[in-house]
Amino acid sequence: MARYAMAIDTKRCVGCTDCVVACQTENNVPVGYCRDWIVEETTGTYPELHMEIRSERCNHCEDAPCVRSCPTSASHYADGGIVLVDHDECIGCKACITSCPYDARFVHPEGYVDKCTFCIHRVKEGKDPACVSVCPTHAMIFGDLEDENSEISEALKTRKHKTLIPEAGTVPHVYYLL
Amino acid sequence: MKEIEITSGRMNPGIDPVLHAWGWEIPVYLFIGGLVAGILFFSALFFLRGKTEQYPTTVKRAPLLTPIFLAIGLFALFLDLTHKLYFWRLYTTIRLESPMSWGAWTLLIIFPLSVIWSATWFKEIFPEWNWKWSFLNRLDDWFTAYRKVLAWSLIFLSIILGMYTGILLSAFNARPFWNTSILGPLFLVSGLSTGAAAIMLMSKNKAERQIMSKIDISLIGIEIFLIIHLFMGFLASIEVHVQAAELFLGGPYTAVFWTFVFTLGLVVPLIAELLEWRGYHIPVKVPAFLVLIGGLVLRFIVVDAGQTSRWLYKFMQ
Ligand code: SF4
Ligand code: SF4
Repeated sequence: MARYAMAIDTKRCVGCTDCVVACQTENNVPVGYCRDWIVEETTGTYPELHMEIRSERCNHCEDAPCVRSCPTSASHYADGGIVLVDHDECIGCKACITSCPYDARFVHPEGYVDKCTFCIHRVKEGKDPACVSVCPTHAMIFGDLEDENSEISEALKTRKHKTLIPEAGTVPHVYYLL
Repeated sequence: MKEIEITSGRMNPGIDPVLHAWGWEIPVYLFIGGLVAGILFFSALFFLRGKTEQYPTTVKRAPLLTPIFLAIGLFALFLDLTHKLYFWRLYTTIRLESPMSWGAWTLLIIFPLSVIWSATWFKEIFPEWNWKWSFLNRLDDWFTAYRKVLAWSLIFLSIILGMYTGILLSAFNARPFWNTSILGPLFLVSGLSTGAAAIMLMSKNKAERQIMSKIDISLIGIEIFLIIHLFMGFLASIEVHVQAAELFLGGPYTAVFWTFVFTLGLVVPLIAELLEWRGYHIPVKVPAFLVLIGGLVLRFIVVDAGQTSRWLYKFMQ
């Protein structure tokens, strides 16, 4: 069994938003919506400022509250631990939206709930997710954590990294290389 | 200093800038759930204690409203769904981990039960009544013979229903203001209190109103105690919980919560009921009405405040 994950190199990301646009095109994301987004976090006091740029999306959590709170099992774990929403089972109760600490989900204009899928349709063909494949600075790595020699496993072994609000207890699988 | 900004622009409708997944439908649904739980609980309880003739409004009349209320509540829940045609999916699985799921199932069981329970009292309330078809009459007799079983199931299910209205929210640890185990008991007690208030409004019997008013006094007391505990728990907890409490202690919900819920919905009715008990003439309708309004406002505020409290980007607003 694979365990898919993503690592985003905050030292390389320049916040160009190519990943956001690529996702919108690849997945026909309705206008005005997005499944991934860029965050700039500034910490410190002038002149000692530190800026971190991150491309964020659903974390495909291992202990996903969205899956737990879904009354119909529309939200579920698919192959490789990818968290997906089955459109024909979703009733639009929005329990999953309120349960996601990352606000990664939204109601699609057609009524069902939508979010990042790690481009599972591309992954199945052996390709990288659209965002990863277009990143001009190669700041994103997608891969299988179960495979010790994969690029992502190597990166997590050799680089300092973090996840977002691990204290929310969801065991996120999008890592940020520091 | 810490400043977080979403620079690519994220304006997902209903999510940004503050989460607004649930509007008026969910608080109405939760209020009705609690109210129905309260009415059915007292009806079954007083029946089992042999007080049917002494307190006829509580046992026989008030439950007649519960199927109507439940239908309105379920309709509100249905209105909230954004993928309505698939709502039947709720009833193709039971997911115990999801309060939304077992709550929906509890409602599905309690709804027919409330219809049957009310139907068994029809002939006593309307002596002329006849169920037209003989099989309905026989069904009525059969259920009437099993009233005890019905009453026990109602007690059990109404407590679950009342608790559920709070647990639905407290299960979401993504929203710090909801993520407290006090919400379950708080909503249960508040539901029972609104149930008692509804019975007080309906009853024409002084002794019955008085007993309900006495019960309500203790329920309001417990509610005040739980609310104080809720805030003490938050203030003694981690940063996001402290911030959640601050929404009510100086933040945007301060005025509306402490005025409408705490003062007008709890303290004033409590004092009014205590004074009436002491023999002052205060129309019982006043505190009862305030309790009902307070209960409704409480649900609106809790549903709304929970959605504004968050872990991430909390410095953004
Ligand atoms: S980030 Fe949110 S939507 Fe994605 S798996 Fe985790 S809880 Fe679910
Ligand atoms: S909105 Fe859809 S996916 Fe989300 S919890 Fe409800 S049924 Fe499940």
